[in-house]
Amino acid sequence: MSHSTLDVAAIRTQFPILSREIDGQPLVYLDSANTSQKPRAVIDAMSRFMEQSYAPINRSAYRLAAEATDAYEGARSAVRRFVNAPKVHELIFTKNATEALNLVAMCWGRANLQRGDVVVLTHMEHHANIVPWHMLVAERGIELRWVPLTADGQLDLTTLPQLLDGAKAFSFTAMSNVLGTITPVRELCRAAHDAGAIAIVDGCQYVPHNVTDVQAWGADFLAFSSHKLCGPSGIGVLWGREALLDAMPPFLGGGNMIADVRLDGFTTAELPAKFEAGTPPITEAIGLGAAIEFLEGIGMTEIRRHEMQVADYALRTLTERFGDDITIHGPTNVEHRGATFSFAFRDIHPHDLSQVLDQRNVCVRAGHHCAKPLMRVLGAAATARASFYLYNDESEVDVLADALDSATDIFGF
Amino acid sequence: MPGLDDLYREIILDHYRSPRNRGELPPPASHAVGHNPLCGDEIEVYLDVQDGIVTDIKVGGQGCSISQSSASMMSQAVKGKPVAEVRALVHRFKSMMSIEEADEDAPEVKLGDLEALQGVVKFPVRIKCAVLAWNTLTEALSTSDAGGDTTR
Repeated sequence: MSHSTLDVAAIRTQFPILSREIDGQPLVYLDSANTSQKPRAVIDAMSRFMEQSYAPINRSAYRLAAEATDAYEGARSAVRRFVNAPKVHELIFTKNATEALNLVAMCWGRANLQRGDVVVLTHMEHHANIVPWHMLVAERGIELRWVPLTADGQLDLTTLPQLLDGAKAFSFTAMSNVLGTITPVRELCRAAHDAGAIAIVDGCQYVPHNVTDVQAWGADFLAFSSHKLCGPSGIGVLWGREALLDAMPPFLGGGNMIADVRLDGFTTAELPAKFEAGTPPITEAIGLGAAIEFLEGIGMTEIRRHEMQVADYALRTLTERFGDDITIHGPTNVEHRGATFSFAFRDIHPHDLSQVLDQRNVCVRAGHHCAKPLMRVLGAAATARASFYLYNDESEVDVLADALDSATDIFGF
Repeated sequence: MPGLDDLYREIILDHYRSPRNRGELPPPASHAVGHNPLCGDEIEVYLDVQDGIVTDIKVGGQGCSISQSSASMMSQAVKGKPVAEVRALVHRFKSMMSIEEADEDAPEVKLGDLEALQGVVKFPVRIKCAVLAWNTLTEALSTSDAGGDTTR
């Protein structure tokens, strides 16, 4: 396919793993919603940092340590630019998006939520944006309300004002990891604020694939992971408004997060150190910074446009080839979805499907995708999920379709 | 890579398409539910145990061909057997799945059709699918020891 806005062939050469063959066949990696592959630029930046510049950050006077600290803080600046946050110290490095969401629930939640207070979530949340709130239900008796879905897997906003009435927080995904649905984040933030609630955005699936602008959204918190946007695992990001972060109690206690410690207590450091106890993932931060520069070099607008083309081709190809034998969950209009597809294929269980696809090196996720409440809404215990990124193209949709055909041969449906 | 023929043997697909002993047993049958938290597969086992013998077994739940066929074959293999023999069979099956040490001194236990699941060992990520029913059976046996259904 030559009409793509991206030169996918050139991009693929920058990902060493994508030239790997298994059993003499190329890798068809369709599991980037799970975790993305890493470009040479990220691998090299991390190696170079460990070979040349590795040292502790924020705590030693020698030049090497200053260099490492500058590199670490440089990554924070890259993240600020990437999501258009107002202030660089509003960005907290965490372990992953899950930890970022837990930080909000534990620190903001404990400081601001009492028995009977309402937090609004949606039916399409990942467990990472459900379980921390369930923990607050158990701990202090808050109430959870849920935004339901429309038949085509978008948020049903008809009752949103009532759901938000009296709520303290609205925490929602910007893009479903199961359905691929992109939610109207700006509208949701405004609805939250109109009701006097704060808006917490789970950007884990959205940020790697789209232009992100927390100021245009009017969000209060944003959580996302590095490993889904071509960066290393082991590091994630929480962005929060300065006033909210300042008013919150600290998260983990330890080194780096304190201003002073005495026998009778402690005072916290300024942002962002207040929320970064202990030695952080230093090399991973360097890798995250390199991943952001890599993606910016290609352009998030171009990546989104490319993925809309691939999504459109995938929807057309799979429905044309398999008709009623395939059920693709989520919106059919690519304006409202990313290139992540959960589907049911004939009566073949997703695990069996994934096993058969693996014979052709087609890597898809099978399971509940850490979204069991949503799976219950869909009436499925599990789905298969194919997810595409900047290094995938239409030809891999065709390989997926061919591989699905071979599953039929084995199970005889 | 081992071929899919090693995994999807005809007898496995037969049990998947036509599972044996599907259904429920009323109380006081012992009852256990097993989940595979990673993938969402679910197996329910209902057991009638009288005078130390598994007089009836029913299986419910949903999952992939490996978990469902394993449950179906298991139900056939344990029905009518003394509890001690069932426990020996569980151990024998788990040794075949290479998650328990084979016991050289153990009395010979015949796996019969269950031998067809031998190929699962070549696909390590699927072992948990094959073993789910057996762990659930073990749990149902212990609720039976404790005097019946503890799940409701």
